[in-house]
Amino acid sequence: MRPTLPKIGLLKGLGVTLKTMMSPSTTSQYPHVKPDLPPRTRGVIALMEENCTVCMLCARECPDWCIYIDSHKDTIPPKKEGGRARTRNQLDRFAIDFALCMYCGICVEVCPFDALFWSPEFEYSTYSIRELTHEKEQLRVWMDTVPAPPQLEVGAEIPPEISDGLEAARKAAEAEAQRLLAASQPAAGGDGAPAGGKAAAGTAADDDIHVEAQVDQETFDKLVAEGKSERVARAKAKAAYVRKEKARIRRERAGSESPPAGGDQGERAGG
Amino acid sequence: MTIAVLAQSLLALDNVWLALGLKLGLIVVFFLTAPLAVGYMEHKVMAHMQDRLGPMEAGLGPIKHGVGQLVADGVKFIQKEDIIPTAADKWVFSWAPAVSLVPVLVILVVVPFGPGVWAENLDAGIFFALAVSSVGVLGILMAAWSSANKYSLMGGIRAAAQLIAYELPLVLAAAAVVLQAGTLSLVGIVEAQNEFRLLGAIPVPYAVPHVIGFGMFYVAALAELSRPPFDMPIADSEIIFGHMTEYSGLRYAFFMLSEYAGMVVLSALATVLFLGGWYPWPGVPLPDGALGALLGFGVTMGKIIALTFVMVWLRATFPRLREDQLQRMSWLILIPLALLNIVVVAVAKVML
Repeated sequence: MRPTLPKIGLLKGLGVTLKTMMSPSTTSQYPHVKPDLPPRTRGVIALMEENCTVCMLCARECPDWCIYIDSHKDTIPPKKEGGRARTRNQLDRFAIDFALCMYCGICVEVCPFDALFWSPEFEYSTYSIRELTHEKEQLRVWMDTVPAPPQLEVGAEIPPEISDGLEAARKAAEAEAQRLLAASQPAAGGDGAPAGGKAAAGTAADDDIHVEAQVDQETFDKLVAEGKSERVARAKAKAAYVRKEKARIRRERAGSESPPAGGDQGERAGG
Repeated sequence: MTIAVLAQSLLALDNVWLALGLKLGLIVVFFLTAPLAVGYMEHKVMAHMQDRLGPMEAGLGPIKHGVGQLVADGVKFIQKEDIIPTAADKWVFSWAPAVSLVPVLVILVVVPFGPGVWAENLDAGIFFALAVSSVGVLGILMAAWSSANKYSLMGGIRAAAQLIAYELPLVLAAAAVVLQAGTLSLVGIVEAQNEFRLLGAIPVPYAVPHVIGFGMFYVAALAELSRPPFDMPIADSEIIFGHMTEYSGLRYAFFMLSEYAGMVVLSALATVLFLGGWYPWPGVPLPDGALGALLGFGVTMGKIIALTFVMVWLRATFPRLREDQLQRMSWLILIPLALLNIVVVAVAKVML
């Protein structure tokens, strides 16, 4: 057998290793640099206790039986005189044994009341297997690490988890402003406070204008004429309708706001 | 009084014993630090070639990036239990690491690192270096035989076959250089190389006319060191770790040290024989005195580091050869080529 002589492939191999050496490594220095995890990472399961109704669906669906739930029934006295007393489930214990959990996420999927969430937090290993059973206090702590869900696509509606929070924050800020206003101008006169309140309410109401979506025929025709598919055209026409309608309502309100400022006074003067 | 005399003779280095002690001390320091530097380079270069970062934590003071990794490894090796198997031949077993380590240290005595920077200028320098380097094989055979382990024995037999096969091209390639330079002294070879002009006009190091010899020397050096792709004697996927299978702790560390020191020493020999030693380029003079010595040392070290880098590069690139491929490569390619090389060099030397 004749020895085969070395060929150009040897040099190619050397080129590959040299090029790899020159290119930056993709290693991330984990304990020093935290990983940039996507919001849907299955790190740990968090519990929003207030939302839990002890329906037990999660515990029953869990393939590993790693969710422990204890509860009792509270009796709520009747609201009206002579009414019937109601019962309500009260959660005593909610624990997830992460030593058994296989992170399938079925409990999160199955929860009908949005009480269970995935959190990307993953650094909870311990030296004792007992500490891997997280009680509801710990699960509540994880709740604070649950990120807001991302927009499904660019320009999508704000998900309710965020808009609800924004709404609550806005209402709280409004109430605070009202309170401050009321506190600062109690003696300034009767007409200052309601006017300020109304202005705040006016800007606030701007956000929650609700418009029933309809197809804007004009836009629809135009888009179809442009060669868009009927489905796309209908969607865009609906969006255009909603935009137009909202703008109209806003204009109306603004219009009724400034004359009414006078009108109000007129009324008051008249009264 | 005595201190003044001592200082005087230290500066002039006219006291034989003082000079000897100082030189040997420096050689031991070099012997213990250079392999660490090469080992660190291997860690890092191989890691980056494999798209990793390599050691990043252990550091020396504020310098991180794993600079202190090998120091930490050394401390770990010292702490580990030194196990000698019951069936082992205890004396041979415990002396084997020393037998493979000391020859490498001894070669350093004759290697010139700069103008005047050498411990001893032997007239038969290259002969001495190559003769001593083959003693290291004995250490490997001792370790293999005394371990009372079949994998060790297989590794030892492979090592013996390989080292015999590659001793020849190594020596023959060096012989061609000796023929060209007309001297066996390593210092003489460096000086002759400095005077050398290709075709009587172009100043080039011997690597250019001896390009085949240089390649052969380098390949044979890799095989002598059992470095990948010629690491069949310690092929860990086949025979665990060859002759080092039964070793642990400091003795194992000595084997590793002799491998890395061997890389430095054979690279130094290749530098002297083929790359012009301490001269940056033949015909380019260095300044006289201490500055020249320092510069020359830097140039030599640069060349050594470059050669060891290529060793690491080859390790990271090529898979291990098969045992029969290894033997065929030596006996059917390298040795005939080396003999032909000598003939060509001899003819060229006489004709030109």
